[in-house]
Amino acid sequence: MATLTLTGVKKAFGATQVLHGVDLAVADGEMVVIVGASGCGKSTLLRIVAGLETPSEGQVRIDGRDVTPLEPADRDIAMVFQNYALYPHMTVFDNMAYGLKIRGLPKPEIRRRVEEGAALLGIQELLARKPRQLSGGQRQRVAMGRAIVREPKLFLFDEPLSNLDAKLRVQMRAEIRRLQKRLGVTSLFVTHDQVEAMTLGDRLVVMHQGHAVQVASPMEIWSRPANTYVAGFIGSPAMNFLPAVLVDGGGAARLAGGGAPIRFVDGPRAGGEGRAVTLGIRPEHLEVGGPDALPVVVDLVEPLGSESVLHGRLADDTALVARLPGAAALTEGMRLAIAPEALHVFDAATGARIDPAGG
Amino acid sequence: MIKRVIFKGQLLPLLLLAPQLAVTAVFFLWPAGQAIYQSLLQEDPFGLRREFVGTENFDAVLNDPLWLNALGNTAVFSVSVAALALGVALLLAVQADKAIRGANLYKTMLIWPYAVAPAVAAVLWLFLFHPSIGLIGRALNAAGVAWDYKLNGGQAMLLVIVASAWKQVSYNFIFFLAGLQSIPRSVLEAAAIDGARPFRRFWTVVFPLLSPTSFFLLVVNLVYAFFDTFGVIHALTGGGPGNATETLIYKVYVDGVQNLNLGASAAQSVILMVLVVGLTMVQFRFVERRVHY
Repeated sequence: MATLTLTGVKKAFGATQVLHGVDLAVADGEMVVIVGASGCGKSTLLRIVAGLETPSEGQVRIDGRDVTPLEPADRDIAMVFQNYALYPHMTVFDNMAYGLKIRGLPKPEIRRRVEEGAALLGIQELLARKPRQLSGGQRQRVAMGRAIVREPKLFLFDEPLSNLDAKLRVQMRAEIRRLQKRLGVTSLFVTHDQVEAMTLGDRLVVMHQGHAVQVASPMEIWSRPANTYVAGFIGSPAMNFLPAVLVDGGGAARLAGGGAPIRFVDGPRAGGEGRAVTLGIRPEHLEVGGPDALPVVVDLVEPLGSESVLHGRLADDTALVARLPGAAALTEGMRLAIAPEALHVFDAATGARIDPAGG
Repeated sequence: MIKRVIFKGQLLPLLLLAPQLAVTAVFFLWPAGQAIYQSLLQEDPFGLRREFVGTENFDAVLNDPLWLNALGNTAVFSVSVAALALGVALLLAVQADKAIRGANLYKTMLIWPYAVAPAVAAVLWLFLFHPSIGLIGRALNAAGVAWDYKLNGGQAMLLVIVASAWKQVSYNFIFFLAGLQSIPRSVLEAAAIDGARPFRRFWTVVFPLLSPTSFFLLVVNLVYAFFDTFGVIHALTGGGPGNATETLIYKVYVDGVQNLNLGASAAQSVILMVLVVGLTMVQFRFVERRVHY
């Protein structure tokens, strides 16, 4: 159990700058999920925490102690790998006991810990088997078990669920979360899957091109995304982005495609008349009909049972996706209205969120 | 998983196997049969007269102190060659597996000795270690070390061992390197995180995962040391001084080709064949059990 602090962590491979200075503070017992598209530097960041990569600049502290120059062995951490990385020539028992043997624990203590860990994960029957005799889900459990028995200060997860099939992934996801809460171990979890990130993390770190774009709780990120990248990345289907300009002294916006101005319910935005902005609206915040509704040409309906996803286009050819409850029929001349209280305003040039002035 | 093809007739499968069977018959079964046949005969040097003597040749060989000496030499020689060739190759492969500058050049250079013919390799070592014309040999003597493998049996044995092992290192190196590169990096990283230092990581993770490769190479190296080192010994020491470097295969040649004692030579080659077959069987039986595939 420990805290983890990253300060100004940078990493360059040759001329390629992979991380541009990441700061992060993880509280004791907290589960932080690092999420981002592939190539955003999230795995590199995790490997720097593990000690498998050395940062070009910056510091990694575990429990206040600077571990930046230390070997992985000296950091008291455990890691679960994407391909599990079990020792193929050892039995499950030996796989789990390996780290304990190296630390020179007495044999009865090793046996006790491994059996406890195996019971916790429901793999007692597998202890005598070799990894190649196990299914994907079982290997995943063994990899978790190997991490748990070490009783480390920090758990690191490197996309551990991406090799499992969809059903097992959901099941293991819940199991990891339950286990982490029960053991109360500080954890860092890397994933590219935003659903995994939302459900697992106490807090999320959304990474984009080597920057930690936003660090906040899942709901905060969902309701107040820091920029258009985060807004588009978190939430499924992704948020709609509509180009617009501010009118009425910043109190409303008019879509580039025309139509009545949309009034902001939470207050005017700075910048005044004519500032180019991007309006963001999540598919679930669109509804059929209403006085200021926009005409939409629907070209595809995806029925999902409890809801339907509509893909359509506005008059100026901007794509628009809506999530409507129940079975929606494909109708001619459909009109969709934006719920003004759910509107996000971003700067058109930088993509940064614009909050109401003074509020 | 295994795709089995079933032939209806017998002719086609036989026809497909024929080339391989023919090669085996001409180059192994026939000479081996000849050797067994001859080992039961006593023949004069000119091949004019032969007589069936039963196991007399075997009795004579097994009670010959010179043959027993060759057996001892072979044991020392093969174990040393295999150990040296495997050890050095593993060390070099571990180094070459690291990300180092010029790794490709280094690998190419290491593979070269395998392309050198045994006799040429022997001459190369001769030019290095000959006491009066060899570079290193002269230097050693100048430095006060009494180096003369032409007179000192121990030094002669050392030289043929090193020369034979040197030729085999390349072959072992390629296999070890391939074996090392097939070990997933994440497994080694997991071991590092589990607290294993490089030395421990090597012995508890890398080496066990290399064991199929090592086992295969052990068999190949022993067979090499038993049979394929004739050229090196012949060109470097000719089995001497005295009989210090005379191995079983070299004695077969000396007795059969030089002394024209065909019966004894044939009996020796049969014994040698049985020895190697037995040794390989023992290896598969006992060593393979400890191998993790």
